[in-house]
Amino acid sequence: MIGFQTLLKKEVLRFWKVAFQTVAAPVLTAMLYLLIFAHVMANSTAAFPGINYEQFLIPGLAMMSMLQNAFANTSSSLIQSKITGNILFILLPPLTPWNFYGAYVLAAVIRGLAVGLGVFAVGIFIAHVPTHNIVWILVFAVLGCAMMAALGVIAGLWADRFDQIAAFQNFIIMPLTFLSGVFYSIHSLPDFWQRLSHFNPFFYMIDGFRYGFFGKSDVSVWLSLAVTAGAFLCLSAVTLSLLKSGYKLRQ
Amino acid sequence: MTYAIDVQNVEKKYGSFTALAGISLRVEQGEFFALLGPNGAGKTTLISILAGLTRADAGTLQVMGHDVVADYQAARRALGIVPQEIVFDPFFSVRETLQFQAGYFGIARTPALDSWIDELLAKLSLTDKADKNMRQLSGGMKRRVLVAQALVHRPPVIVLDEPTAGVDVELRQTLWGFIRELNAKGHTILLTTHYLEEAQQLCSRIAMMKLGRIVAMDTTEHLLSAFSERVLRVKLVAELPTSLLALRIRQEGINENSWHTFSIHDYNEVEILLSRIREAGATITNLEVTEPELEEVFVKIMNQGDSVPNATEQSIYPRGINP
Ligand SMILES: Nc1ncnc2c1ncn2[C@@H]1O[C@H](COP(=O)(O)OP(=O)(O)O)[C@@H](O)[C@H]1O
Ligand SMILES: [Mg+2]
Repeated sequence: MIGFQTLLKKEVLRFWKVAFQTVAAPVLTAMLYLLIFAHVMANSTAAFPGINYEQFLIPGLAMMSMLQNAFANTSSSLIQSKITGNILFILLPPLTPWNFYGAYVLAAVIRGLAVGLGVFAVGIFIAHVPTHNIVWILVFAVLGCAMMAALGVIAGLWADRFDQIAAFQNFIIMPLTFLSGVFYSIHSLPDFWQRLSHFNPFFYMIDGFRYGFFGKSDVSVWLSLAVTAGAFLCLSAVTLSLLKSGYKLRQ
Repeated sequence: MTYAIDVQNVEKKYGSFTALAGISLRVEQGEFFALLGPNGAGKTTLISILAGLTRADAGTLQVMGHDVVADYQAARRALGIVPQEIVFDPFFSVRETLQFQAGYFGIARTPALDSWIDELLAKLSLTDKADKNMRQLSGGMKRRVLVAQALVHRPPVIVLDEPTAGVDVELRQTLWGFIRELNAKGHTILLTTHYLEEAQQLCSRIAMMKLGRIVAMDTTEHLLSAFSERVLRVKLVAELPTSLLALRIRQEGINENSWHTFSIHDYNEVEILLSRIREAGATITNLEVTEPELEEVFVKIMNQGDSVPNATEQSIYPRGINP
């Protein structure tokens, strides 16, 4: 247990010591999106009746930032340790694959939540976002971040260089988050794109998360929960089996 | 009794390249053991497998009786590794580095731990660097932090992979003083080094590796007596008395004014040889006694290695030598 706690503390300190880059910078980015899109789209039709565009946008943006940062935390921590070689310090001790998985994922969830809170703290000044059900909000926030954290561990284990992580981020994570209905309700899309969105797991995370605020969503919140939890469990199973096999760490 | 390190028939390939071709090696508790061999012999690979950083293709390894795969937690707790390459975490100070390392090994932050860390820092002359960031340390200092990191969980078995590369003479003495102290307290030490005189002074037993095989393994004493000798060299103005010709093993220079070399087993022979030279009326102008050197042993074994590709514990000696 002490081993796990120590690794968790180290992973949290790793991003917290440079919180300006790892927490403040993504909050600033989200704020810029918010200001620009809210301005450009000011007259667009509301996604849900009684909810204006700014209100609609804030949870989506918060979730997008949380997902991206949870991924960034595990993947960049791992690739950094692998490249500098100091991954050795956690390979020599008697840490188990579960310790490893738990500490990395939890630290990334903490960073994700810190970024999400930051986005809301800024959002308050721009629009009032109601809270329909805090439990759904937390469930989707934590599960979404944990899923992305696990994906980040997989990417961090697989990659040998920084640019491979960057490619993963730019060509997979970014498009999927952008095309998940952060900036619009998918009901406003043409039929084909609407159907395609249903294959994007990120859509369910954002839709479910948004449900926690407005009590309204594009698809059933239970379906979103099932998809998010399913994705989290699958990726966790893959992560744990990679860690157990020593994939690219102990060869 | 349980061996500190027990390696049996370990093989490792990287692609089609054989890094370890069946290594068997046992180190008893409390031994000071050297693993020697040229670059690329497979020393680091063997240590990595022992530490669980690399997986063997075949064979078994145990540390203090714990299998490094099946019982990896107990095996790793028993093992302290000083890696060959210098690595560090630029986020932390020296003290933080050690506190975190102890934590990974499941050691709670207690006053006992704090005082052990202070002791390690003092023994390795790092006290004044304790709160410096790792980035601010020189290479030699970083290496000493790696030594402290390996010891922070008080492992009974300590493995040092070229710990003195890039460390200056004074600090090398400090380091070996400390490691000797640990050995005297019962810790088992396995080290690799290219400074053969270090191995000769420190280690009671030596294994030599070449191309992924062990080509010699014995006590330091036996290796030295089997492959190297103590010699007396004398320089004479006159020719060597004929009565001594049979005893001479080598002559350098021509007739008068040349060096004559005699093999000696103990120092009494020096006196006897010198008095016989004097009795014969020859004048000695220079004289030296050379002790056996591990370097000579090493060179001989490495050069003969090719002719004994299957050398094992049983067949490490050249014909005719009975250690
Ligand atoms: N990860 C690796 N991939 C491929 N070859 C390797 C790897 N690690 C070591 N080797 C090769 O294995 C051999 C043994 O290396 P090593 O164990 O580092 O030797 P030593 O420590 O005795 O100098 C070398 O020829 C080295 O090039
Ligand atoms: Mg080596």
